[in-house]
Amino acid sequence: MEIPRHWRLKKQRYGLVGEVCPHCDAKIFPPRDVCPNCGDEAKELYTFSGKGEVYSYTTIYEAPAGYDTNAPYTVAIVKLEEGPMVTAQLTDVDNDRVEIGMPVEMVTRKMRNDGDERGLIVYGYKFRPR
Amino acid sequence: MTTPNPNPSPTLLKPAKPVGIIGYGAYVPRYRLPAREVARVWTGGKGGLPIKEKAVPGLDEDVITMSIEAARNAMKRAQIDPTELRAVWVGSESHPYAVKPTSTVVAEAIGAVPNTQAADWEFACKAGTEAMVAAMGLVGSGMGHYAMAIGMDTAQGKPGDALEYTAGAGGGAYILGPAEESLAVINASYSYVTDTPDFWRREYQKYPEHGMRFTGEPAYFKHVSEAATHLMEASGTTAKDYKWAVFHQPNTKFPQRVAGQLGFSKEQIEPGLLVPVIGNTYAGAAMIGLTATLDIAQPGDRILVVSFGSGAGSDAFDIVVTDKVTERAGLATKTQEYIARRAEIDYATYVRYRGKLAMK
Ligand SMILES: [Zn+2]
Repeated sequence: MEIPRHWRLKKQRYGLVGEVCPHCDAKIFPPRDVCPNCGDEAKELYTFSGKGEVYSYTTIYEAPAGYDTNAPYTVAIVKLEEGPMVTAQLTDVDNDRVEIGMPVEMVTRKMRNDGDERGLIVYGYKFRPR
Repeated sequence: MTTPNPNPSPTLLKPAKPVGIIGYGAYVPRYRLPAREVARVWTGGKGGLPIKEKAVPGLDEDVITMSIEAARNAMKRAQIDPTELRAVWVGSESHPYAVKPTSTVVAEAIGAVPNTQAADWEFACKAGTEAMVAAMGLVGSGMGHYAMAIGMDTAQGKPGDALEYTAGAGGGAYILGPAEESLAVINASYSYVTDTPDFWRREYQKYPEHGMRFTGEPAYFKHVSEAATHLMEASGTTAKDYKWAVFHQPNTKFPQRVAGQLGFSKEQIEPGLLVPVIGNTYAGAAMIGLTATLDIAQPGDRILVVSFGSGAGSDAFDIVVTDKVTERAGLATKTQEYIARRAEIDYATYVRYRGKLAMK
């Protein structure tokens, strides 16, 4: 059971909400309150457009516990339009049709059950072809 | 002392201040199960098919995720700040939780929390339009400037049952606000309900039961006709005054027949008749039919919308499109674009996607 963690991360997970640096305008995801570009404090919330492209990917056949009901699925490193890289599942795509450079967009989907089907449903961002 | 009712007809539901649709959005999942696949498995391919195919949600989709996408589309068209919403209401008969609201997750995901009403609505297939009537009241009374009403379902039919051919997935989201900001003004609504036992699902049961032939005349046709007729009489209109009409659509025949009985042509219901290609989307059906109609509507077009929910009741709406539709319709994915984005699946894949396999 990780209810406090799911609750704390909901904004960034549901809507791809990160931060923007007030000093150098770098867009930050995931939010970490310190700008990775200039090292200054960055706490201002920023909602990403959700658009990006596949930078790299791999298809998972032996999925970790909780994700196995969805296997096989493809996980990608997505380069967001605003700059940051984010690792996420792809969805609404045939695994053999994924390619590097493929334009994708963020959608909010079911990630897994927390525990079994009696537990909380965990929602979060995935990407699909656009 | 009583105050006079300002409504021209006291049974109409008409807000004190005029309201309209500021933004709207649809969602249809990607997968399609052809009705002939269901027939192949259950009847050896024999018998008539009620539709061509139905939309099926993916493994990672439910009413919450689908409502979020429709709501985001509605926000794109409305061009308002999500913190301006005073209500996020979701009508469905397939809310993912028995206890824990769908609406709070949707409100959180679109950035509408915390200063908002949130609630889940239920009334079989008219849960979405009843949320819309309530939103008219909230905005029209001045309690809130904007309110969102969603109708969305991932309907299930018992394997082999007649409903399995048609029970689809999809729906629409609407943001209501003052008429002067709207892309379509809602002149009035009217609701007609009785206790009619045509379709139900008891608690803890996975699949619904239905009263077989009872579902037609005394339920669907009676309520849809009464609601449409009463609204048109009270509004001083006839079928000829409407460019388009959308009726609840459990299959292809029912809306076609009720439209004919009320004096509407095939052309008038054509843009909003989506059941042949996405199935019956239950609480989403009338709502998404209207999104597809607004997608192609021109300023000045008048639209009649009549939902139906088993149990039973109908909500009817008299809507006039404004010139703002021209600039806003193109701001989000159109309903027909979602319908065109299709991946056909077979019955076995459908069984897996819909959790019909007992894993333990
Ligand atoms: Zn910086």
